[in-house]
Amino acid sequence: MPKLTINGMDIEVERGTSILQAAEQLGIEVPRFCYHDRLSVPANCRMCLVEVEGGPPKPVASCAMACGEGMVVKTDSPMVQKARKGVMEMLLINHPLDCPICDQGGECDLQDQAVAYGFDRSRFHENKRAVPDKELGPLIKTIMTRCINCTRCVRFAEEVAGTPVIGQMNRGEDAEIGTFIDELVKTELSGNLIDVCPVGALTSKPYAFKARSWELRKTDTIDVHDAVGSNIRVDVRGREVMRILPRLHEDVNEEWISDRTRFAYDGLNKGRLDRPYIRDENSGKLKEASWDEAFAFIAGKLKGVKGDQIGALAGDLCDVESMVALKDLMSALGSPHMDCRTDGALFDVSQRAGYLFNSTISGIEAADAIVLIGTNPRLEASMVNARIRKVWLEKRIKIGVIGEVVDLTYPYTHLGKGPQDIESLMKAKDGFAKILKEAKNPLIIVGQGALIREDGLAVQHAVRELAEHFGGTYNVLHTAASRVGALDIGFVPGEGGRDFHSILEGTKDGTLKALYLLGADEFDARGEIGWKTFTIYQGHHGDHGAARADVILPGAAYTEKDGLYVNTEGRVQQAKRASFPPGEAREDWKILRALSETLGKTLPYDTDVQIRERICREWPHLGAIDQVVSAEPAKFGKKGKLSKEPFRSPVTHYYLTNPICRASDTMRACTRDFGVEDNHIAEAAE
Amino acid sequence: MKKPFELHAEYQPANFAFRNGTKVEKIINLYPKGRQQSAVMPLLDLAQRQVAEDGAKASPVYGGWIPRAAMDHIAELLDMPPIKVYEVASFYSMYNLAPVGKYLIQLCTTTPCWLCNADAIVKACTDHLGIGLGETTKDGKFTLMEVECLGACVNAPMIQINDDYYEDLTSESMKEILAMLADDLKPKIGSQKGRKASMALTGPTTLEKEAKKAGVV
Repeated sequence: MPKLTINGMDIEVERGTSILQAAEQLGIEVPRFCYHDRLSVPANCRMCLVEVEGGPPKPVASCAMACGEGMVVKTDSPMVQKARKGVMEMLLINHPLDCPICDQGGECDLQDQAVAYGFDRSRFHENKRAVPDKELGPLIKTIMTRCINCTRCVRFAEEVAGTPVIGQMNRGEDAEIGTFIDELVKTELSGNLIDVCPVGALTSKPYAFKARSWELRKTDTIDVHDAVGSNIRVDVRGREVMRILPRLHEDVNEEWISDRTRFAYDGLNKGRLDRPYIRDENSGKLKEASWDEAFAFIAGKLKGVKGDQIGALAGDLCDVESMVALKDLMSALGSPHMDCRTDGALFDVSQRAGYLFNSTISGIEAADAIVLIGTNPRLEASMVNARIRKVWLEKRIKIGVIGEVVDLTYPYTHLGKGPQDIESLMKAKDGFAKILKEAKNPLIIVGQGALIREDGLAVQHAVRELAEHFGGTYNVLHTAASRVGALDIGFVPGEGGRDFHSILEGTKDGTLKALYLLGADEFDARGEIGWKTFTIYQGHHGDHGAARADVILPGAAYTEKDGLYVNTEGRVQQAKRASFPPGEAREDWKILRALSETLGKTLPYDTDVQIRERICREWPHLGAIDQVVSAEPAKFGKKGKLSKEPFRSPVTHYYLTNPICRASDTMRACTRDFGVEDNHIAEAAE
Repeated sequence: MKKPFELHAEYQPANFAFRNGTKVEKIINLYPKGRQQSAVMPLLDLAQRQVAEDGAKASPVYGGWIPRAAMDHIAELLDMPPIKVYEVASFYSMYNLAPVGKYLIQLCTTTPCWLCNADAIVKACTDHLGIGLGETTKDGKFTLMEVECLGACVNAPMIQINDDYYEDLTSESMKEILAMLADDLKPKIGSQKGRKASMALTGPTTLEKEAKKAGVV
């Protein structure tokens, strides 16, 4: 443990710590461009120069110099100041002075550091160089003349994203960043390139020339595009979401987010339901209505309908509050028919351990072997995949896959396609089974692709046995942000209740007279719901659910309401309202509360605090914000016959997984340009 | 400066394969296990030389260059991302990424050569061949390329043609070399004034004994 002195302050650091990191521990700012704490260290920008006394009589790059015993470092001596001025002047030789038209302006490392450490004029009188812009797809705008060749993007693409397609070409003054062969950067993490770029060379294409960072209202909230619950910051001007950026959370998304999280926000302004609609019985067309008319219409339709003739389905983007309100309403009406698994997944929900990502996302880093079953984490939960890749990169752990053969950005052993291969892996003596046997902490990750099947319960059982057999951890990777919250509050069939499939059958054979869809859009509502069933849709987008509905109640999207979400590892997180829902739309639990009054079953809460109290009373763990309340180990699943059908990931269209994405032009452009078929055309309410 | 890479040019072949598999293997085996990527530079050179061999037989002739297909093939052989090969190939000036003439004439115009009238050598070439710097003659025989210091300043002005240096040039000797190459003859390599190594024209002025011992006088 070397001890050293930085600016007169003593510090003892871990062996291998760089001077820059040590200075950071002391709270001393060292300017830098190429150094990024989650990427490798190339030491090519030279901005972090410091003086080391007793060393060679020249400044050293502190990012690449390890701390030595007894070093005396100065980060602000005249020599350092002069060196930094020189570096800054060099960097600005070819950097255009176009800050007024640059989207990075106001949040640019180069701008800030030029002010703080730079020289006040340039002595360079030649022409500046110009670099042709590169086409990187519909998400990233490039202005390559601004590039200072720090190579952060090159390292991010190679190390974190696992798609090494960007490089530094040519040399000297011709050096430029690009893909050389005019490729698009096809990764679901590409938006992070914008964040790592310290200058305005890579900026957001959808956000180009839209706003300045200082005129935006910033709200820290939670993402709902997958079950990871990435921590995000929503920047709003007026009512409109202008952009979404990641927030640091070491245990969830580190400092990255996926492209869907970052770029689908334009969908929040398109295809929105901004007032209630009632379907005219004669013409079959939807007609605008007031809240009172809509509620009265529902009350009239539900008159005489018995409690057990009503079903309810909760979709993928719902917050816990609205699902609790719907569950309470259903209970008050006397209906046990509700389900949140609108993808048709079947698994044992009686034990919390049976549906959680038990080892937690940061716990992946402790794994020494991983088996992925029926999941493509790259598309289903990009941040989890990035974490797996990180562990693979650090420790070269062995990864096995039972399911489809896909590019996961790290090498793996393909162990089979379907449920049989789980059994044969358990019986095997050598090969991957041996690796698992020897591993101290193997992770078994089962995806929805293995559970959205008729034999889901049996697969769950087999996977649990597999985990127990090898002493590993059983993990479920969900795809829907609402799912774990819904399961926690028991939004599943009650005593004698119908599950998703059975509810749909009930609507077809006429036993279910009414169906309440709370943001349920991930199935073909028009084809699957019987035509006689009175269908209420509450949600924010005119998508599958609204297309079938007889009454539409406009709700709020995730940026427009305070709500609790539980991510796949069981972490309770609170989303905050960044803007208001459009038009007549309201927060979802309040709609249900208002409706309950019209139906004569008034729910006993009127304020946010009261509904939170109601939730915490029954499920105390939901009050522990940002905590992972781990589940007790338990037995779950049901031994049964496993079919031969191979596993298939439910996410086939990464950019079009929910109504917000489907309404987003950016996501459509991605689908087009990144070569994913587009057969999930959403249909807005007429 | 070398010619820029053109991705969609017609001359880019669709495929590339090494003819001499054993040589490829030998090169790769030079490096320790797990470090095979280090073979990227010799393999790029091998590819360029193979293309030069083909070019010598073609009509019109051409010189050695590295097609994109070759870079992709090398990336595959060494199990590395293609972009890493592109980075190396575009960095070094000796890897040509676009077709050049059979004789690639690299003219040094950096300070020592320039002081010794490299401009006259450049003029002799452009006049004799009727092409400018960075251009190739119609028959595909010659390409002129201006380069930075090649490290033979003692015998300035000098040029490099393919693998050989020609030093102590004058306009006349330059034209003579070009005339011989046009007939595919082999001009004398090295100093054109009879200078041995880098000693004075009249013979060694210092270290005379050592020069004798080494057998250069």
